[in-house]
Amino acid sequence: MMRVDRKAAAQLALLLVGAAMLGFGVWRGEAASVLSKAVKLCLECVGIG
Amino acid sequence: MDREFKTASHRLARGRGWIQAGAALLTNLHLPNFLKGSLYQGAGKTVCVPGLNCYSCPAASGACPIGAFQAVVGSSKFSFSYYITGFLILLGVLLGRFICGFLCPFGWFQELLHKIPTKKLSTKKLKPLTYLKYAVLLVMVVLLPAFLVNDVGMGDPFFCKYLCPQGVLEGAIPLSLANSGIRAALGKLFTWKLGILLTVIALSVVFYRPFCKWLCPLGAFYALFNRVSLLQMKVDEHKCISCGKCAKVCKMDVDVTKTPNHTECIRCGMCVSACPTGAVCFRYGFGDGKQNIKIKENTEETT
Repeated sequence: MMRVDRKAAAQLALLLVGAAMLGFGVWRGEAASVLSKAVKLCLECVGIG
Repeated sequence: MDREFKTASHRLARGRGWIQAGAALLTNLHLPNFLKGSLYQGAGKTVCVPGLNCYSCPAASGACPIGAFQAVVGSSKFSFSYYITGFLILLGVLLGRFICGFLCPFGWFQELLHKIPTKKLSTKKLKPLTYLKYAVLLVMVVLLPAFLVNDVGMGDPFFCKYLCPQGVLEGAIPLSLANSGIRAALGKLFTWKLGILLTVIALSVVFYRPFCKWLCPLGAFYALFNRVSLLQMKVDEHKCISCGKCAKVCKMDVDVTKTPNHTECIRCGMCVSACPTGAVCFRYGFGDGKQNIKIKENTEETT
């Protein structure tokens, strides 16, 4: 019984940590970095360079 | 509730091919860009897609999580990406490696290649290679882009640059066919990556999902969450007759009766379809569901 509760608590905690990290990343401007890279041709990805 | 899970499990396992096709299409919605030889440049690319899908694919609807992580840590402003790590933790807990089995376009591509009728080889004896993908994740995705930097503090996306075959398959090949400028610029790096792509293609015909098993850093990240994911495999011990059909049919070399939430399980549901007694099913929810079984057993004992 205790083990089941612990697992559910771990799942909930990880979801909260994930959401908090995502929010913090957006707040400090990482999403803009992602967008600026993703809309341009990635030279390394296609093998130029 | 159990019956609902079982019915849903069978439907999910049966319709997997269609779900994979739909996911590949949703991940690459901007199909006319293949003819134009240009990329989609809308705000949708702020958000990552769940599977391995190059953002230099002309049709890509979103950003590749692995490429995006390296772009952030390789920039001069940041040395770690909370945004992408948080996103991947959320997906890992919500779905785990179900994403590999159902939503990843490159996983689907390898599966289609494996359908080519030739002699198939087992990967059971190559199990140590499954640990390689964790080294790829740590070294090529996290450490090298963050710490091997140039004078202005920018690092290369090492995984995308030297190992990922998706960039050539989805980016370089269609773009070079439509755009002569890109075609002219392709050099030694392209040749190296084309070699990797061709190797993965050849291996995929004889082995099941070799890139997913041995090299994919995204699969490695989701694998870490299989044990705590809300989506789990469930084996009903009372119904299991230990026939071994589930382990035999599993192409990821997992015995679901022993380790239902093994890191290599991509939740493809082949074991669900193979089980003659309906003992294996998917389960979605918090905890591991044993509480429900205990309550059921107690009720049966008292009646």
